[in-house]
Amino acid sequence: MALDQPRTKDPTAIARHATTERRTARYLLTGTALVFLGLFLLLPLVSVFVEAFRKGPAAYFAAFPEPDALAAIRLTLLVAAIAVPLNVIFGVVAAWAIAKFEFKGKAFLTTLIDLPFSVSPVISGLVYVLLFSSHSLLGPWFKSHGIEVLFAVPGIVLATVFVTFPFVARELIPLMQEQGTTDEEAALSLGANGWQTFWHVTLPNIKWGLLYGVLLCNARAMGEFGAVSVVSGHIRGLTNTMPLHVEILYNEYNFVAAFAVASLLALLALVTLVLKSLLELRYGTELRAAGGH
Amino acid sequence: MISNFAKAGWRFKRPSVIPGFGLTLGFTLAYLALIVLIPLAGLVWRSASLGFTGFWNVAVDPRTVNALKISFGTSFVAALVNVFFGVIVAWVLVRYRFPGRRIVDAIVDLPFALPTAVAGIALTSLYARNGWIGHLLEPLGIKVAFTPIGITIALIFVGLPFVVRTVQPVMEEIRKEVEEAAATLGANRFQTITQVLLPGLQPAILTGFALAFARAVGEYGSVIFIAGNLPYVSEIAPLLIVIRLEEFDYAGATAIATIMLLISFFMLFVINLIQAWSRRRYGYGT
Repeated sequence: MALDQPRTKDPTAIARHATTERRTARYLLTGTALVFLGLFLLLPLVSVFVEAFRKGPAAYFAAFPEPDALAAIRLTLLVAAIAVPLNVIFGVVAAWAIAKFEFKGKAFLTTLIDLPFSVSPVISGLVYVLLFSSHSLLGPWFKSHGIEVLFAVPGIVLATVFVTFPFVARELIPLMQEQGTTDEEAALSLGANGWQTFWHVTLPNIKWGLLYGVLLCNARAMGEFGAVSVVSGHIRGLTNTMPLHVEILYNEYNFVAAFAVASLLALLALVTLVLKSLLELRYGTELRAAGGH
Repeated sequence: MISNFAKAGWRFKRPSVIPGFGLTLGFTLAYLALIVLIPLAGLVWRSASLGFTGFWNVAVDPRTVNALKISFGTSFVAALVNVFFGVIVAWVLVRYRFPGRRIVDAIVDLPFALPTAVAGIALTSLYARNGWIGHLLEPLGIKVAFTPIGITIALIFVGLPFVVRTVQPVMEEIRKEVEEAAATLGANRFQTITQVLLPGLQPAILTGFALAFARAVGEYGSVIFIAGNLPYVSEIAPLLIVIRLEEFDYAGATAIATIMLLISFFMLFVINLIQAWSRRRYGYGT
């Protein structure tokens, strides 16, 4: 493996010596990093697919036509289809308010938006259990109107919305702050109304950042386990999402089927990573304003 | 009214020609309140209604204390491991060029993208007695799956990207001139790294540690499969909340959740302090 000098193309060995390590140190550090990542990140990913195909492709593909597996896949898609657009609308609206205006308490509002990231997923589920359980204020009211929230789809959607709440907003806020307001001011002074300004000026400016946020939001929405597990009630074929179905199969020692369903989620993660890397590669400078995590 | 505020030098919002402030801020606050603030306030309110004795009884229950100890202990160790290897990974990605670097860089984000339950069963199969890694450790007498070591392994997986992604952008900002100056003044490479570069990275490393730690404390999905979940030995606090809920012991679940929530808000506060300090001292935030 050839380890070339970074950035430095200085001809003098002295300058190189000043800004990088000796060759052995470089090899050692690179080796440590690669072995660590291979052992802790790559190996678990590989093992998902190996375990899924342990009994051959026939056993692997037999896991999917199961009615419970199909119901879990459908529910996961449904929940993401509701939760992601809700948080996209919120993210765009919140970013407009926060990035395009100067007002008091802005930093505090941004911290509040990030709040769901610092709450344990289990607690995210618990707060909705407390809110909608039969001993609570809201639970009996919803029940008397024929709406089941807990141990039903609305509860799963609410918990998912909670855990994916900040994704789009935190991607867009720094990006739109970086872009400033001059484009919008120009559009307005040329006679565009507010909506036209947003649709034809702001949205094209933020579309890649928005896509980036949607990607991460969707990955989390489809993969969420803790919060959904608390509110779902684990009713097979009705309130089991894919991650919950994986847990049930695994606890029944049906390992091949568990890893087969898990491999679909792992594929989703891989597609997310590839698209994310492509976006960063292509629109890196545009997105960099938005920062990492 | 507005002019009075202006005269007093206090204004809620700086005037702007851009429309939609009231609408967008109103929607943001309403949605934030409905989805996040009211449900969280409900938890705190419920916990307050337990009364001090009710709360205290749960808090000093040995099972709760042990679960919290295990959660915070394993999270602390995992975050330390992540800081050590995360800094090396970030350094290698920023400074060295080698084939496949972009792929390695992308893989660092895997724990963000891979559902926690999938990570959980994969790690368990690797570290179980007959697993790829487990069967190598078995003859050495090291048991990983179903022990606190297993919990720590899962938390290392979950927390690594937080350290790398916090430290990496700050490393990219380091100007080469600083290192050249240090070398010119007679520092060897080791001295340059430990005395010139690392102090500047300190706030980012601390933030990465705090983020990885905070995430690990609340983690559930990747841990419960590998933990074995023995009360007093390998039972984490989030799992104890779930167990209390399944027993319909809402008071118990609420009290444990409130303790955890208070600690995570304290962590959030500490992270903000570190960032404010770093902005003041080094002129950048992380």
